[in-house]
Amino acid sequence: MAEFRLPKNSRITNGKHWPAQPGSGKTRTFRIYRYDPDSGENPRWDSYEVDTSQCGPMVLDVLIHIKNTIDPTLTFRRSCREGICGSCAMNIAGRNTLACTHGHAECPGDKVAISPLPHMPVVKDLVPDLTLFYAQYASVEPWLQTETPEPQKEWRQDPKDREKLDGLYECILCACCSTSCPSYWWNPEKYLGPAALLHAYRWIIDSRDEATGHRLDELEDPFKLYRCHTIMNCAQVCPKGLNPAKAIAEVKKMLVDRVV
Amino acid sequence: MSPHLSIWRWHLTMATSILHRVTGVGLYLGGLIVAAWAVSLASGPEAYAGFKALLGSPLGLLVMLGMTLSAFYHLGNGVRHLVWDLGHGLDVKTATASGITVFAFTIVATAAAWGVAYMVGAL
Repeated sequence: MAEFRLPKNSRITNGKHWPAQPGSGKTRTFRIYRYDPDSGENPRWDSYEVDTSQCGPMVLDVLIHIKNTIDPTLTFRRSCREGICGSCAMNIAGRNTLACTHGHAECPGDKVAISPLPHMPVVKDLVPDLTLFYAQYASVEPWLQTETPEPQKEWRQDPKDREKLDGLYECILCACCSTSCPSYWWNPEKYLGPAALLHAYRWIIDSRDEATGHRLDELEDPFKLYRCHTIMNCAQVCPKGLNPAKAIAEVKKMLVDRVV
Repeated sequence: MSPHLSIWRWHLTMATSILHRVTGVGLYLGGLIVAAWAVSLASGPEAYAGFKALLGSPLGLLVMLGMTLSAFYHLGNGVRHLVWDLGHGLDVKTATASGITVFAFTIVATAAAWGVAYMVGAL
């Protein structure tokens, strides 16, 4: 059920302000969500005045600058710094995106708020717990399923059929889309969410896969698939420019097509 | 739990979606007004005159304006949903443009309906 307010122990208080170091050039304030499960305290917004001339252009550069020079306790995930690993997915200035590919100059407003992916359990600071998200991905059985005997060489695919996977295979499972979706916020246990459904469709339309009927059966459920109400936040925020809403619509169409 | 609604910067498509739900609920409740109208009609001229006066009051007119807006919005956006269900117009740019179109249609259609109502002397 939809719970619009945060639970009592998740409501955010005002935290510490870290003023700019003397002699800084042009500064910008970053309001960052801080939560330490060991402290027993509620989460808080800490604000940091950062001299943006001292760090690179991306929000991830700002976070690393804060951690290195201002506050070493700040916790966040990052790895590839080029938008292919999906580790640094977070909510920046009200939208989910990857910190490594989002420039801080692109952020609107005076202060830039940074918080973990929305409506998720928080491990620490900007690190969400993605256990459920990964379990949902696993539930769509994201591997090739076949009945015909394995060919001597590889499973062959017509270039035209291969093209159908474009716009789907590029997903890096960063969870920006699923955690942007109000339907997923209100029904995270029952609705699979845009990312898992995009992957389900990726295997449904793979010409080599022979479990299409089984895959469609699995999705024919009032919650798993049909909680998508075309709000389109998923497509709006996807840092890879993919369109889970479109993929979900295609699955719905296939479910109708097979009964008419 | 991390913050969600309180921090989200809305897209137009998110607003059109929740408005569809809100206007749907509004129209459902509006059905009660139609029922009340029928009941007053069946209860004789005095009751009907009272009901008409209530609807013609500034508050009544405001509610009816809201109902007209809701009906046209829900209609326009319903068509948008039908097109989506056929698999068209689902890219972000088109969905945003169609949302703006539905808003424009709502305002034009409401103005037209009230214009006609005024011309035939229903107001």
